[in-house]
Amino acid sequence: MAVPSDIQTTFLLGRLDWNAIPQDPIVWATGVVVAIGGAGLLWMLHKYRLWSYLWHEWFTTVDHKKIGIMYVVLALIMFVRGFADAIMMRLQQAIAFGGSEGYLNAHHYDQIFSAHGVIMIFFVAMPFVTGLMNYVVPLQIGARDVSFPFLNNLSFWMTVGGAVLVMMSLFVGEFAQTGWLAFPPLSGIGYSPYVGVDYYIWGLQVAGVGTTLSGINLLVTIIKMRAPGMTMMRMPIFTWTSLCTNILIVASFPVLTATLVLLTLDRYVGTNFFTNDLGGNAMMYVNLIWIWGHPEVYILILPLFGVYSEVVATFTGKRLFGYTSMVYATVCITILSYLVWLHHFFTMGSGASVNSFFGITTMIISVPTGAKIFNWLFTMYRSRIRFELPMMWTIAFMLTFVIGGMTGVLLAVPPADFVLHNSLFLVAHFHNVIIGGVLFGLFAAVYYWWPKAFGFRLDPWWGKVSFWFWVVGFWVAFAPLYILGLMGVTRRVRVFDDPSLQIWFVIAAFGAVLIAIGIAAMFIQFGVSIARRDQLRDETGDPWDGRTLEWATSSPPPAYNFAFTPVSHGLDTWWDMKRYGQTRPRAAYVPIHMPKNTGTGVIVAGLSTICGFALVWYIWWLAALSFAGIVIASILHTFNYARDYHIPAEEVRATEDARDRQLASAGV
Amino acid sequence: MTSIEAQGDKHRAERQAEAHGDQHDDGHDHGSVRSYLTGFVLSVILTAIPFAIVMAGGFESRFLTAAVVVGMAIVQILVHMVYFLHMNTRSDEGWTMMALIFTVVILVIVLSGSLWVMYNMNTNMMPQMNHEALGLGS
Repeated sequence: MAVPSDIQTTFLLGRLDWNAIPQDPIVWATGVVVAIGGAGLLWMLHKYRLWSYLWHEWFTTVDHKKIGIMYVVLALIMFVRGFADAIMMRLQQAIAFGGSEGYLNAHHYDQIFSAHGVIMIFFVAMPFVTGLMNYVVPLQIGARDVSFPFLNNLSFWMTVGGAVLVMMSLFVGEFAQTGWLAFPPLSGIGYSPYVGVDYYIWGLQVAGVGTTLSGINLLVTIIKMRAPGMTMMRMPIFTWTSLCTNILIVASFPVLTATLVLLTLDRYVGTNFFTNDLGGNAMMYVNLIWIWGHPEVYILILPLFGVYSEVVATFTGKRLFGYTSMVYATVCITILSYLVWLHHFFTMGSGASVNSFFGITTMIISVPTGAKIFNWLFTMYRSRIRFELPMMWTIAFMLTFVIGGMTGVLLAVPPADFVLHNSLFLVAHFHNVIIGGVLFGLFAAVYYWWPKAFGFRLDPWWGKVSFWFWVVGFWVAFAPLYILGLMGVTRRVRVFDDPSLQIWFVIAAFGAVLIAIGIAAMFIQFGVSIARRDQLRDETGDPWDGRTLEWATSSPPPAYNFAFTPVSHGLDTWWDMKRYGQTRPRAAYVPIHMPKNTGTGVIVAGLSTICGFALVWYIWWLAALSFAGIVIASILHTFNYARDYHIPAEEVRATEDARDRQLASAGV
Repeated sequence: MTSIEAQGDKHRAERQAEAHGDQHDDGHDHGSVRSYLTGFVLSVILTAIPFAIVMAGGFESRFLTAAVVVGMAIVQILVHMVYFLHMNTRSDEGWTMMALIFTVVILVIVLSGSLWVMYNMNTNMMPQMNHEALGLGS
C-alpha cells in the first residue's frame, strides 16, 4: 500500500493544524478539567517552591529507591486514566440497547478500548512491576544501587515520555482505533490514515527503549551485585522471579521493537511487509507481535509470583515450602513462555498439527504454575497465618487466579477456542488472570513494602474497605462477561440488538462501580495514612517480622542502603541474622562511594518525546533536530567525569547513630 | 562489627578497586593484537569467498550457492564471537556461555516456529497469493 500523497502538510507544522483538536464535548470537558487541575498543580508547586526540591531530589536522582517510587507513581496516575476508559466502556455497553447509540460515537469508542489496553499493559502494569523490582531487588541482594544508576534514571524518563505521547493523543489528534496490538491491515496507512496508529507506534517505541534498558540493568544487577555468600540458590524468590522477568524483557522486547519498525516502514515509506500487495503478509505481524506478546504476559506475572512467595513465607512465619521447586518452576515458565504464542491465533488457520502442538504446550505451561500454587498452600498448611492486608490479597489472588487459570486451560483446547475466540469469554479470562494475578499482587506488594519505603504502615481499615470492594467488584464485573462470552457475544462491540443481553452488561457496569469505590478507598487510604503517619510509624524497619535482607535496614533505608555489605549464609538471610542474634556492625565506618545525580536522563527522554511527537505529525525538521539533540546530549554525557562522590564516614556514622537511637526507642 | 560483615565489606572494597583500577583481572578475556589480527584475517577470508562465488555467477545449483553463503556467514558469526567479543566458556563465571545458549535456543524456537507457522498459514489461507503465477511478482 503506497503512502497517500494527498495529506495536506506544511513545512513548519507538518499535518498539525486546528482540525487536530477533537470535536467532541466529552474530550473538551476532560481537557478543561485537566487544564484547570494541571494549572492548579503547577501553581502549588510554584507557591511552595517545590521545583528545586523535585528537580534535585527526585527528577535527576539515580537512587534506585526513588526511581522505584517514581515508577509506581507513574503507574498509579496512568491507572486512573486506564480505569476511566474502562468505566466509559462499561457505561456505553450498558446503555447502547434498543436502538440507542449510547453516548460514544464509533470513532471515540474504538479509541477508548485501544487506549485502555495499551495504557493498562504498557503504562500501568509494566512501570508498576519495574518500579517494584527497582525498589526491592537491590535491597534484597544487599547492594547499594543498581549496576547502571544513570541508565535507570534514563529508563524511567523514557517510560514517562511514552506515557506523555499516549496521553497527548487524547487532546491533540486521536489515538489508534485498532485494539491494543494494532493488527494490520487495519493499522496500515490505507485504513488508519490519520495520527492514531502513529501515536501508538512512537509512544511504545519511546517507552520500549526504557523497558529494554531497565531490563538489562536489573539483569546485570542481579548477576553481578549480590552480597557475598548469596549464591543463586540463596537468592530470595522475588529476586529469582525478577531475574527471569528481566531475561524475558531483554529477549522479547527487541521483537516488539522490530515488529513496530516494520509497521512504521509500511506506514511512512510505503514498504509492504504487512500489506496484501507485493508479497506482504499481515499474518506475519500477528505471528511476530505474539512472539513478544506471550513472554510479555509472563514478564508481568512472574515478579508477582515472587511477591506472593515473600508474603506467604513472611505472614506464616515459615520458610517457603519447596524453594528449589519454586525456582525450577520459574525457570521452566521462562523457557516455555516462548513456546505457546500461537494460542493467541488458533483461528487464523495454521491447521490441525500446528494448533495441537501449541495447544499442548499451553496446557504444559500450567503445570509449573500449578506447582507454585501448591507450594504456597503447603507453606500455609498448619501455620499460624497473620491476616494482614498483603496476606489477604494473596488469598484473594489464589482463589481468583486459579479460576482464571482454568478458563485459560479451557481456551488452550483449539476446538473450544474456535467457539470462544474473540468473545467476551476471552476478555473475562485475561482480566481474571491480569487483575487477579498481576494487580492483586501489586496491591499485596504495595501494602507489604510501603512501610519499608516510607517508614509507616498503611491504614488497615481503609485497606480492608478497598480490598472487599475490589474483590467483590471484580467478580461482579467479570462473571457476566464469562456468561455473555459463552452466549457468543464478541468483544469490542459498541451497540447491541438483543435486549435480553442488557441485564448482564448492567451487572458488569455495577461491578465496575464497585471497583471504582475500591480504587477511591485506596487513594483515601494513602491520604489518611500520610495524615496519621505518626500513629502508624514503624521504627524497627522490620514491621512484619520479615525474612529477607530489605528488612535488615532502616525504613526508609539510607541512601547507601547498608553501611556494611551484609553477608549471606543461607536462604532467608535476615531471618538467620535475627535467629543467631547477629548485631548491627558499628564503628570503623568508611566513606561510601555513590553515583551522582544527573539531568541527562530528563533531557534525553524529553528530546525523544519531542522527536516522537514530530514524527507523528510529519514535522520533519523538528524530528531531525530533536534526534540530533539526543545524540549530542548522549555524547556530552560521556564527557561528564564528575559522576560519583563519597558519603563521608562522619555522615555515615551520624546516620547509623540516629538509627541506633531509633532502634533503642523502639525497644529492639 | 562482627568479623563476618567486615569480611563482606572487604570483599566489596576489593571488587570496587578492581572496577576502578587498571587491573584487568575481572573475568574478561581482553584479547591481543595477534588474536584481533587472526579474527580480522579470518573474517576477510570468510567474506571474500562467498563474494567471489556470487560475483562469478555461483554454482550450478542455486541451493548450493545459498548454502555456502549462509554457511560462511554462520562461521563468521562464530569468528566474531570468539575473536572480537572474547567469548569463551570461562568468561564471567560461565554467564556469557549461558546467555549465548539461551539466545540460540530462543532464536531457534522463534525462527523455526515462525517458518513452520507461516508456511502452514500461507498454504491454508492464501492459496491465491502465488504472485509469479498471477504476474504480480515483478
